[in-house]
Amino acid sequence: MVAQNIFFGIIAFVMVVAALRVVTTKNIVHAALYLVIVLAGVAAQFILTGAEFVGVTQILVYIGAVVVLFLFGIMLTRARIGREVEVDNEKRWLAGLVALVLFAVMSFALVDAFEDSRIESVSGGTPQLTSEVSDAIFKDYLIPFEAASFLLLAALIGAIVVARRE
Amino acid sequence: MWLNQFLILGALLFCIGVYGVLARRNGVMVLMSIELILNSVNINLVAFGAFNGTPVGQVFALFVIAVAAAEVGVGLAIVLLIYRNRTSIDLDAADLLKG
Amino acid sequence: MLAAEAVEAVQVTAENVGWFLRNAWIFPAIPALSFLLIILFGKRLPKKGAEIGITALSVVFACALVAGAQWISHVNAADAAHGTTTEEHGGHHGSEKSLGSLGRGVAAAAEGKDAKHAGAEPVETIWGENWWTIGGIEFSVGTLVDGMAVMMLFVVGLISLLVHVFSTDYVHGDVRYTHYFAFLSLFTASMLLLVLANNLVMFITAWELVGVCSFALIGHWWEEKKNSDAALKAFLTNRVGDMGLLVGMIALFFTAGGGKTFGILDINRAVVGGTVSQTALTVAALCLIAAVMSKSGQFFLHTWLPDAMAGPTPVSALIHAATMVVAGVYMVGRLYPVFFQGLDVAGSSFNVLALVGGLTTLVGGSLAFVQRDIKKVLAYSTVSQLGYMVMALGVGAWTAAMFHLFTHAFFKACLFLGSGSVSHACNHSFDMKYDMGGLRKYMPKTHATFLVGTLALAGLPLLSGFWSKDEILAGTGGLGLSTGANGTYHVMLIMGLATGGMTAAYMTRCYWLTFMGEWRGANSPNAHHGHGGHGGHDDHGHDAHAAHGHDDHGHDSHGHDAHDAHDAHGGLPHESGTRITTPLLILAVMAFLATFTNIPGKFSSYLGIPESWTLRFEHYVEPRADYFPKISHAEFSPALAVLSMVIAAVCAGAAIAYYRKVQSIDPLATEIADGPTTRIPLARAAYRVLENKFYLDHLYTGIIAGATKGPLARATDRFNQQVLDGVVNGAASVSRVAAGGLYTYVDQQVVDGVVNASGAGASEAGGVLRKLQTGRIQAYAGLMFAAAAVLAGIFVLVI
Repeated sequence: MVAQNIFFGIIAFVMVVAALRVVTTKNIVHAALYLVIVLAGVAAQFILTGAEFVGVTQILVYIGAVVVLFLFGIMLTRARIGREVEVDNEKRWLAGLVALVLFAVMSFALVDAFEDSRIESVSGGTPQLTSEVSDAIFKDYLIPFEAASFLLLAALIGAIVVARRE
Repeated sequence: MWLNQFLILGALLFCIGVYGVLARRNGVMVLMSIELILNSVNINLVAFGAFNGTPVGQVFALFVIAVAAAEVGVGLAIVLLIYRNRTSIDLDAADLLKG
Repeated sequence: MLAAEAVEAVQVTAENVGWFLRNAWIFPAIPALSFLLIILFGKRLPKKGAEIGITALSVVFACALVAGAQWISHVNAADAAHGTTTEEHGGHHGSEKSLGSLGRGVAAAAEGKDAKHAGAEPVETIWGENWWTIGGIEFSVGTLVDGMAVMMLFVVGLISLLVHVFSTDYVHGDVRYTHYFAFLSLFTASMLLLVLANNLVMFITAWELVGVCSFALIGHWWEEKKNSDAALKAFLTNRVGDMGLLVGMIALFFTAGGGKTFGILDINRAVVGGTVSQTALTVAALCLIAAVMSKSGQFFLHTWLPDAMAGPTPVSALIHAATMVVAGVYMVGRLYPVFFQGLDVAGSSFNVLALVGGLTTLVGGSLAFVQRDIKKVLAYSTVSQLGYMVMALGVGAWTAAMFHLFTHAFFKACLFLGSGSVSHACNHSFDMKYDMGGLRKYMPKTHATFLVGTLALAGLPLLSGFWSKDEILAGTGGLGLSTGANGTYHVMLIMGLATGGMTAAYMTRCYWLTFMGEWRGANSPNAHHGHGGHGGHDDHGHDAHAAHGHDDHGHDSHGHDAHDAHDAHGGLPHESGTRITTPLLILAVMAFLATFTNIPGKFSSYLGIPESWTLRFEHYVEPRADYFPKISHAEFSPALAVLSMVIAAVCAGAAIAYYRKVQSIDPLATEIADGPTTRIPLARAAYRVLENKFYLDHLYTGIIAGATKGPLARATDRFNQQVLDGVVNGAASVSRVAAGGLYTYVDQQVVDGVVNASGAGASEAGGVLRKLQTGRIQAYAGLMFAAAAVLAGIFVLVI
């Protein structure tokens, strides 16, 4: 348990720093690379909680596909590679204020609601097996699964329609 | 492990993402910030799933990943379209909603 | 759990319930099939698909008749089983015998159509299957048939059938003739699905389908911008209310449904059983009221309904008078326990639902006065009558509301189709002032049926509108004029009476301008200048142009008026063909016969009508099972009946006197040149406010939508400056006009000060609001997140 908490702390710290860099760096390619760190950290947290299938999917889909998409996006929009002067708008302090207030409210609510409950307290610490996840997807949540596949199809067609040249 | 350590990490990522969405002028960077928000939600889902001992949290995390993939595809297409029409992806310049 | 109950219910009632009641799914299925056939094969058929639609609707209507008969016998059997009465059984057969002819048989079936029985076992029939399951929650598909549903099947079936027949002539030769009939079929299917839905998910699905069909049909002639604008407006306004519908239904799912079921009966039972918290019910009821406001055209989301007259007239009759717009009313009736308990209807004298209805009925009635477009008069009248229904539901007069829905469907459809027939004869214009007048000589059948509809709407005794309106007024229980009502809604009674008077007056105006006097079409500016026709109408309402489009010769390409282009050039009006007049006659007869479905008991005792003939509608339609709240029924009140009759007669008389005077001066005139609205500034100001529809459209498009809407960057900006300033200036100038009238009485400085201050105040408020609209999405997102944070903080700290 202690080892898990230590690893959690290390990963979380790296993630938060990287996330802050994602939203503050002036270099757009660096932002995408910092995003990779955050996404990998999230995958690591998944594995810490025993959700290894989701963790692997996270790496495959996000780091393998989404980040690549972002890099293509950066390339196609010919954003300057390297530092840009004006990547933030002048209302940034207001955005920071909103984010801080939001964080204060959320963390207060969370501490208030869950206090020191432990993840193991209900489930007994047994991780959910991947087979259980697949059972749930293909039994109880089959319809949302189909809906998601339909959504992906629609997004595929939509993206082509939006982005193609007339 | 406490439940709250995951939840507060999620909240922190969420707020960082919100800051990015609000403060960034570059369309692609806004989309990256949205990814942060979606990932923070996933952390919550998986943590609650582990807390309640049910696979449902993971199921919905997977759905969120699928939706996020679709969102990035369409979002980047829109950014490309904006770029093509205005040769800039500066969101401050895209103020057609101005009253 | 739901499925199990369904099976059980069928088993219990299988022996005494007719086939059509158990298999009600065929009702939406037939027109849905017809829609597919018309879309796929319609164009290749000799009649371009109309024949499929008419056949399908004939089958539906026939089935609805049988279902009605089966329902009546079902209720009677339930009565007999409980020994409540044998008389009713006899009475039913008696009425059927006496109403032998075809039209009357229809009425008899209508009587029977609805019902639910008190004291008896629940006689509703439900059929349900599991549709899909998500995470243990079953989403079922099924039908719920009770008196109310059977009544609606009859109404929708009959009116849709007649509208189909009417349309074959009216839109003859239209470019999208096949498309038109396909959507009529789809609309009918959606409406029937909505009527029969046994759970909220199906209900929402059908609700949205109905909205989509309405959108497609309003924008049928979408080549003209104002038609497609009207369609968009209808759709978007409805979306506003749909948010309320979704939130309300979700709230019901988690409270009354226990997070397990969407079944309407289960939810109603839970509510009647008192296991649901009052707060949750109130919240759900308030959210659902938003949906009613948009779908059923209640103040202040009614603005789409008059604009929806841009669609073909038969569509207006079917959708915007008789069926779709009553979906909101039907929803309230369906989930009545939620409203009855959530709003504390019983024993109270005020609630939101009644207030919304009461205001709507007044607003609709007053706006109908200033319209020069005959369809708009009828549209506002529809708004007003829908207000009556909602008000009735708000005061607990459930049966009265449903009865009014039933009668209103017939006479309003009759009036709308009549206006279509009239415009068919008058160069496809709907302008009463320029293109009509004296039509009684040229169109005797249309005239007679329109007169019946007018009288029914105005509340002439013996016609159905009188009885249903009177039942609503009695149901308010206001001013001590009636007994047995659920509460004492004095304000609502006064609103209802006032509207009764206004209805009589504006319908007299409408009737007189259309049918009395001399035909003005020959001198019509519309006939002579085409496009220039709008020039000099200084009394033109803001969108009174709406219906003009089709009389411009340039639009002959619509085809619907191409075939009679010969009389579009100054010929005298002519009676329409039989495919138009026959539906009118049937509807007029129904407007009369519907009376006999719910003769008040007390009244009939004066005339010696057997008791078994009275209150049939209440007997067969009103649910009496455990899923319906215990409501009490107001007695027929002779004093109230006489009072409302006198008010209506006085107002109609005043209108007639006015127009007689007008015509004694000039047979072609439509108003006194120097009338009160030109002489008295206050009256003029009031007129202008009405003409601008209380400036609601300015508020929506100018301030709210204008400030937030999208892709028309510079246009929007300019629009905003002009309209926003226009509203401010307009408001100030109206105040100034009013103030000018008071000039001699009130200190000029005080008035001016108030006017200037209010103008300046409005201007400042507008300026501040505009600054928020930076057009930058991130600014909006920032506001949204900030608001969410604040709200969440409040929830966390307070709750």
